[in-house]
Amino acid sequence: MLKVKDPGFYTSVQDLGRYGYRHMGVPPSGALDQAAAARVNHLLENEDSAALLEMTMHGAVLEFTEPTYFALSGALMEVLLNGEPIEEEQVYKVEQGDELDCRHIRQGLRAYMGVRGGLQTDKRLGSRSYFLAVTKARKLSAHEELPYKPCEAYEPRILKLSPARLYKEYKLEAFPGPEYDLLNQKQRELLFGKEFHLAKEHDRMACQLQENLPAHDIPMITSATLPGTVQITPSGKLIILLRDGQTTGGYPRILQLSERALNILAQKRFGDSVRFISAGHTSRTF
Amino acid sequence: MNVPPFRIKAFGPQAVLLEWPARLDAETLSDLLGFTDYLKTRCLDSEHWEYIPIYHSLTLVNRVEQVDMNELGRNLKQWYGDYPGPVGFQPEEWELPVCYESDFGPDLEAVASRLNLSVDALIRAHTSRPFRVYGIGFLPGFLYLGDVPESLQVPRKESPRLKVAKGSVGLAGKQTGVYPQDSPGGWNIIGNCPIPLFDPKQDPPCLIGAGDLVRFRAVSRAEYDLHKIEADVGVYDFKKKYGNAKG
Repeated sequence: MLKVKDPGFYTSVQDLGRYGYRHMGVPPSGALDQAAAARVNHLLENEDSAALLEMTMHGAVLEFTEPTYFALSGALMEVLLNGEPIEEEQVYKVEQGDELDCRHIRQGLRAYMGVRGGLQTDKRLGSRSYFLAVTKARKLSAHEELPYKPCEAYEPRILKLSPARLYKEYKLEAFPGPEYDLLNQKQRELLFGKEFHLAKEHDRMACQLQENLPAHDIPMITSATLPGTVQITPSGKLIILLRDGQTTGGYPRILQLSERALNILAQKRFGDSVRFISAGHTSRTF
Repeated sequence: MNVPPFRIKAFGPQAVLLEWPARLDAETLSDLLGFTDYLKTRCLDSEHWEYIPIYHSLTLVNRVEQVDMNELGRNLKQWYGDYPGPVGFQPEEWELPVCYESDFGPDLEAVASRLNLSVDALIRAHTSRPFRVYGIGFLPGFLYLGDVPESLQVPRKESPRLKVAKGSVGLAGKQTGVYPQDSPGGWNIIGNCPIPLFDPKQDPPCLIGAGDLVRFRAVSRAEYDLHKIEADVGVYDFKKKYGNAKG
C-alpha cells in the first residue's frame, strides 16, 4: 500500500484516461501532462496504461508499506526520500516504511509519481482516473491507502533520463477549430500575434486566459468539445478545455490544441505566458 | 445515391465534425443518429472511434491516432450514399417521477407567475408531453431535452446558483432537463427527480440515450421518498418500472 500521510494541495490518481463514454457526458480525464506520465511509466517499464499520482502545486507525503521502485517526472519539485533530497526522472528502490516527502513545486505545475507495475486502485468505466461523477472523490485525502503490487527483484534497464523540462516551453501548437472561420481578421491577428497570460481560473477542467479578444456575437448551437478546444465567450474571454473538461459546449470553438500543446499547458500556472502557433493548416471544410 | 446533408469539418488532427443544417427537429436528429449507428456497426473500427451526437452535429473522435481528413471525408460521403436512412432506429420513451413541491422547486412559483399560469397548470403542462433527448453533455448524464413549447419558455436566471442539487429539474428557454449531480447552474428549478440518471457503478452508466423521449410524472413527497430509497439501496429497476412506455 501507498499510505497518504498528507495529500498535498491537489493530488489524484490518473492514467491514460477513460474512453467510450463521451456521448454520455463523461470526459476522458487522465494525466494532464501525458508526456510526463509516459516518462514515468517508461522509466519503470510499466504498461502505458499504468496509473500514477498527479500532484499539483505542492506534493503529497507518502509511506510505502511494501518494497517497490518508483520514479518522478513533470514539474520540478522538491522531494525528500527518508529526509534526503532526490531527483526526478530517476528510478529509486524503496523498502517497507520508507517515506517520500513531495514538497513545493518550483517550476511547472504538475508532477507525476509512479510505482513499478502501477497503482492498483479500482477501475471505474475502464479507467483508474479520478473524476468526481465517476469515482468516489476528485482528489486524494489524508489516510487513504493506494494498493500496488510489491516488487523486490527488478533490474531497471534505464536508471535515469535527461529531464524533458516541457514546462519551459510556451508555444502552443493550434489547429483551426470548427468556428475559426467566423472570426474576423482583427481577431485572428490578435489570436496568433499576442502573448497571453494564464488567469487564476485553472483546474483539471479548463484554464482561462487573462487577455480577451474583441467581443463577438457568433451564434452557436451546443456541440461537442474536446480536451484542447479553445472557446471564446461572447465577451471575448478565452477558455481552454483540459482533459476533465465538459464534453459539449455552447461557445464557438476557435482553436484546437495539439496533444503536445495540452501537455505544455498542463505545466503553466497563474501569470505564465503562452502564444498560439498556427499548426499550418487553414480551416478545412469538405 | 444520397447527397450528404452535412458539412464535414476538421476538428483538430484526431476528430471530425459533421454538421447537418441547423434545424432542431426530430427528423434531422433521427437521420444523424441513424447514420451514427450505421458508422458504428458497418464502417468504422469501434475500438478506435467515439461518437458524440448532439442537436444537429455529430463529432467523430479517434482516440488512438491522427486522421487522414481527405480520405475520411471521401469515405463519409460514400458511406452516407450507401446508408439506407434511419430505418431501424427505435427511440425509447421513458417516464421519470418528479416531485414538484416547493422545497424541491425554489423557482416553481416565480416561473408560474412569469408564464401567467397557476402552479398546478405549470406542472400539468410540464408533465403532459414527452420531451426529446437531443444529446447528453455538460455533465455526465445531463440530458438536453428539447421541444419545450413556447408556453413554457422562460429565460435562464440572471445570476446562476453556485449549487443546484442533484436531481433538480430545470427550465431554460427551449430546454428542460435534470441535473445528474450537484453543480453550479443557471436554470429555473421547478422540481426534483429521485432517480439517478447517471450511475457509474453500472456499465453503461446512463440508460437514456440521444433520440429517446422523456416524460415527467408528478409524484407526491411520499412516492418521491420511496423511489429515493429504492435508488439508494440499488433495488430501483429503472427499466422495468419506468422503462419502455410504448410496451
